[in-house]
Amino acid sequence: MIAALELTANYYLVLAALLFTIGTVGLLIRRNVLVMFMCVELMLNAANLTFVTFARELDDVGGQAIVFFTLVVAAAEVAVGLAIIVAIFRRRRGATADDVHLLKG
Amino acid sequence: MSARELLDLVWLIPALPLFGAVVLLLFGKRIGEPAAGWLGTGLMGLAFAWSVVTFLALRDVEPRAHSYDLFTWLPSGGFEVKMGFLADPLSVTFILFVTGVGALIHLYAIGYMHGDARFGRFFAYMNLFAASMLVLVLGNNFLVTFLGWEGVGLCSYLLVSFWFERNSAAVAGKKAFVTNRIGDFGFMLAMFLIFARLGSLDYGVMTEGADGLANGTATAIALLLFLGAVGKSAQFPLHVWLPDAMEGPTPVSALIHAATMVTAGVFLVARAHPFFEASGSASEVVAWVGAGTALFAGTIALVQPDIKRVLAYSTVSQLGYMFLALGVGAYGAAIFLVVVHAFFKATLFLGAGSVIHGNADNQDIRTMGGLRRYMPYTAAAFIIAWLAIAGIPPFAGFWAKDEVLADAFFADQFGVWAVGTVAAALTALYMAREVWLVFFGNERFRAPAGGDPVEEHAEETPRDSEEWLRGPTVAYGEPPRSPRLTHDRHEVPPTMVVPVLVLAALSVVGGLLNLPFKTLEHLGHWLEPVFEGVPEIEATSFLSAARLSTLSVFMGVLGIAIALLLYRRGLPDPARDPLDERLGVAGRVFGHAWYVDESIARAVAGPGRRFADWLNDGLDHRGIDGAVNGVADLVRRTGGGLRRVQSGLVRNYALGVVFGAAGLLLFLVFRAG
Repeated sequence: MIAALELTANYYLVLAALLFTIGTVGLLIRRNVLVMFMCVELMLNAANLTFVTFARELDDVGGQAIVFFTLVVAAAEVAVGLAIIVAIFRRRRGATADDVHLLKG
Repeated sequence: MSARELLDLVWLIPALPLFGAVVLLLFGKRIGEPAAGWLGTGLMGLAFAWSVVTFLALRDVEPRAHSYDLFTWLPSGGFEVKMGFLADPLSVTFILFVTGVGALIHLYAIGYMHGDARFGRFFAYMNLFAASMLVLVLGNNFLVTFLGWEGVGLCSYLLVSFWFERNSAAVAGKKAFVTNRIGDFGFMLAMFLIFARLGSLDYGVMTEGADGLANGTATAIALLLFLGAVGKSAQFPLHVWLPDAMEGPTPVSALIHAATMVTAGVFLVARAHPFFEASGSASEVVAWVGAGTALFAGTIALVQPDIKRVLAYSTVSQLGYMFLALGVGAYGAAIFLVVVHAFFKATLFLGAGSVIHGNADNQDIRTMGGLRRYMPYTAAAFIIAWLAIAGIPPFAGFWAKDEVLADAFFADQFGVWAVGTVAAALTALYMAREVWLVFFGNERFRAPAGGDPVEEHAEETPRDSEEWLRGPTVAYGEPPRSPRLTHDRHEVPPTMVVPVLVLAALSVVGGLLNLPFKTLEHLGHWLEPVFEGVPEIEATSFLSAARLSTLSVFMGVLGIAIALLLYRRGLPDPARDPLDERLGVAGRVFGHAWYVDESIARAVAGPGRRFADWLNDGLDHRGIDGAVNGVADLVRRTGGGLRRVQSGLVRNYALGVVFGAAGLLLFLVFRAG
């Protein structure tokens, strides 16, 4: 039998860090707005995972409470963000972030 | 009412003409021609009546001064100024002749300004002028006096350039205003200094505090006040505005020269005498500036061809005498001369106005002559005033001028006395020249045969004709204007003759105010409480006083004799003035007023203009504009660099956020670590 793998907090944290990094890198290198949007969601959830981990580790329910707030914010963000993306799609027949750069100095 | 209650109402005296000014400014046009003039004159008459009441009330009051605060004008922390009035012998003397002579000049102006398009406005300004002067003399602190001082300056500007369609009049008004500003600047600095040292601008505080000042401070205050007086009273080198002020209507000249404005400087020095007494050296300056101006202006008056310009320089010269008297400490004599000068100079100016009025606006004495046959009353009045100013006894001027010179002599100021005595001969000479050229000798006013006679009356000169716009003032060196034949020379209407005759009568008897015989020295005794503490100048002996009087009469007679010798037949050729020709080069220097105006003009046009150019180009454009534009440029460049950051590319922003977050994280880690 496989040696009992003890799931310490470190695993969760490392996973969260990985997810966060993937999200960040994805945000920076991908041009598709939809993908970038998903990357942002990934980063948010990485943060959520960290919160939950510490909440359990420290036996403090506050961390879990914050996750609820984050989820609400994320939901709102999704609503607005997707609306924007749909608007861009209708106008431009594509969703490349770099094409949308009218607002510049 | 008790005397003190009456004296509380002294503010009515400036308020009456001020009321007239407001009414006439608002409704002058509707009130219409003679009525507006009568309103102005009537209010001045009332002010005179109230001045007499004030005078009688003041005689019942001991001590002879009554200060009354109407309201607090400027409450501002430790600096509080009241709108307060002071009735004391000095101010009451001034208000009596300002309102008296002023009312007569107003009366005269009704006739003189007949037919003018801005008749009502003229009287509004005249009333405002008189009101300002009354505020000036009645104020019980320096700031109220300064209020009147500025009002007088403003009104002189408005009245000198009353016929502003004429360029020369507009320029003369500006010149008067700007020149006066220089003096006002001195007055203001003096006030700052007084407030800094004494903590109050009140005259009462001044009287008590002036003695305790350091000599240097007192001298500085006195000299700064004197700078103000020099500007207002047209002393060298700020006299330049007064002759040009002749561009105004003649009643204005009379008002400026006789009753108001120019005597303000004399008043200020007399009022602030504690500073001058505490300083000593400042009085020396006053005496010498006065004596110098008396001589200087006298020489200029010798060769002027314009009837009013001669009088203008004569005023400058007479004011010089007044300052001479103030400088030697003979304050009573100075005030005496102010009063009698108001009488005879008003007579002269109004007489000159009548001559101009009756002569188709001609002011060139070279083309007059023999006018006594056509204007007998004016001639009689003018001749009386001439004898008065020339110092011939028993006319008023003799007593005053003699007292001034005698006081200078007995105060051991022989230098100024000698200069003043020489100037006395000049006074007699230039006035005799004017009288002879105007009223005696050959008649030169008819147009030459074959000339182009202009058949019209003075009143009918159209106000927009070229002739009118050029202005009547004749400058030295101008060829005589060809005289214009009118129907005949005529005497002026009674509203103009009567004031002139009244003033002439006063010029005869004015000396009675202050005869130099102990008990008859009314004005001197009356003014004593004001000049308490000033050492009295006593004649060393009756004989020496009599000798001095003889000498001054002799100087007067000498001047007249020279004039008669040169001008007894008038001018055979109007273009050739025998006195001018005999003086040669000196005549040209005198005629051009010692080139003072030209020098000032050249200094302004030369270094003045270069300095202004430098200010404009170097300081303003490069310095100040440069700084402003430099700041703008810096901001613009910085912005131009920074705008590249906002690329519009979302991923760039995200990169910025990532780097920012990373940086923040590193910072926290290392600080925490």
